Amino acid sequence: MEFLSEVVHFFADGANWVGNAGILNRTLEHVGLSAFSMAVASLIAIPPALFLGHTGRGGFFAVSIVNIGRAVPSFAIVALALPVSIKLGLGLGFWPTFLALVALALPPMFTNTYTGVREVDRDTVEAGLGMGMTGWEVLSGIELPLASPVMLAAVRVAAVQVVATATLGALVAWGGLGRYIIDGFSQGDNVEVFVGGVLVALLAVVTQLFLGWVERRAVPAGLRKANAAREGNVEAAVQVA
Amino acid sequence: MTEIPINDAMIRLEHVSKTFPGSGTPAVGDLSLEVPEGEILVLVGPSGCGKTTTLKMINRIIEPSSGVIWVAGVNAIETQPHELRRQIGYVIQQTGLFPHRTIAQNIGTVPRLLGWDRPRIAARVEELIDLVGLDADMANRYPGELSGGQQQRVGVARALAADPPVLLMDEPFGAVDPIVRMRLQAELLDLQARVRKTIVFVTHDIDEAIQLGDRVAILNVGGVLEQIGSPEDILREPANDFVAEFLGTDRGLKRLSLIKIHTVDLDPGPVVVPGTSPQEARSVAARYDVDWVGVGTPGTLAGWLYLTEVEHLGQVPEHDLRPFISRLTTSATLKEALDAIVSTRAKVAAVFDGDRYLGMLTAERISAEITQ
Repeated sequence: MEFLSEVVHFFADGANWVGNAGILNRTLEHVGLSAFSMAVASLIAIPPALFLGHTGRGGFFAVSIVNIGRAVPSFAIVALALPVSIKLGLGLGFWPTFLALVALALPPMFTNTYTGVREVDRDTVEAGLGMGMTGWEVLSGIELPLASPVMLAAVRVAAVQVVATATLGALVAWGGLGRYIIDGFSQGDNVEVFVGGVLVALLAVVTQLFLGWVERRAVPAGLRKANAAREGNVEAAVQVA
Repeated sequence: MTEIPINDAMIRLEHVSKTFPGSGTPAVGDLSLEVPEGEILVLVGPSGCGKTTTLKMINRIIEPSSGVIWVAGVNAIETQPHELRRQIGYVIQQTGLFPHRTIAQNIGTVPRLLGWDRPRIAARVEELIDLVGLDADMANRYPGELSGGQQQRVGVARALAADPPVLLMDEPFGAVDPIVRMRLQAELLDLQARVRKTIVFVTHDIDEAIQLGDRVAILNVGGVLEQIGSPEDILREPANDFVAEFLGTDRGLKRLSLIKIHTVDLDPGPVVVPGTSPQEARSVAARYDVDWVGVGTPGTLAGWLYLTEVEHLGQVPEHDLRPFISRLTTSATLKEALDAIVSTRAKVAAVFDGDRYLGMLTAERISAEITQ
């Protein structure tokens, strides 16, 4: 009980919220790096995955390569990113963490984008081509919107992973909410460790909920209705011709 | 893009072949055929006969290995595929509707690709929804909310949107139930009477081919054209054993289904007026070699009764007659007439125009029609 009251006390103390090492700044660092890593990873993963999915060439090979990354634990990725970053002259802190997070976010987004595009019903794609759509029009007008639910799900999964893993940035001398955990450990301050854990968990949950909401909003209405019909809400779908 | 030389065929295939990579034998080998403007040509054959491959070479969803294809006076092989396809309506089996776009957006696909302005697209979509017999309030629904038959109608409307001269239909009614299929087939013929497109239609169903085709091309494995001609000609004179076997053992019945009653001469039948004596009735029945007489005044037919009943009553009565259960119209087919004949005890099919009695058909009469 005494431990919990100390935790509450920590949160209640306004001094713990402000300043360079305050909760607000640490959260901002955490969210900022996560978002930036996600943005860069999306730019690297999604366009080539869309292209490969559209043409259907070399995709299996690419997915296999990218998926090797999935077998490597987050902790190891951060550890591996450190020497790479130092070798590149980028030093400690921000860059090795950033490299690790990008490497972590790439595989699910690449794989799901590729698979999502490949799994668009071939009849639908053929109908588009048959109507006289160019390759680009098929990709942007049919394949991308129809693959979007699968792609957005991957973005959500990757983002939650990135938010959780950004914590490890503190190991390589970066800020973020991981600082509370790492510093807490080194000072034997269990309250600080616990506070860090709570904040990271909270941020991950918020990320999950927020992107889940975005996902529901962004899925094309026709697909939402079709899914609803498939899931048993069939009244609209059973009208006789 | 050279003009088609001295030939007004809307679609022309010249020595077209297709061999898929990794396959030793051609899917289609050296096929030549023509489709005149306004005709429905049905490609039919067993699986592996290359009918779908042939169809898809016309809009170059499949690239021919060799040969030349002309569509509306344009060399299809030398045209940009997407330019070519915007001139060709395309309907496929699973409809291929875009599930994330509304019915109106689906139908407006090609006009949008062609850069029509919004009001023009909206007007055209409205027109087409009406043309294919859908409710106007479906425009803003999504394909997933429609039945299979409705989706197929949207598919047809979408293919017609930019008013292309040519329509390619790849087993369009293959995935709907038989009742809806029959209705869609009738609707297609109805639609064709109004829009007069040049249509190439692929099916594996010979009955569908016979019903819809102005001409039918029967293909054998490897895209070999076994016979091409009107359904009547093919049914009357199959070119070879393959065609005969493909047409099935009920070829005669299939021919009957093509002949409408108004094209044949009707027989007045053994009909007498009320009050006729038993002797008179007996002699009329004898001429037709039957044991009954029909009862009516000229232009009417009230029913029929057996001669024994006439004798029992002393004269032909006016009331209490046996009815002719199936009353056919002149737009019915001889097949329907035959069905009426075998289903009634009088063994005739009585034909009416509204209430007016026109005459009768007998099994002998119908048989003579297809053996002459």
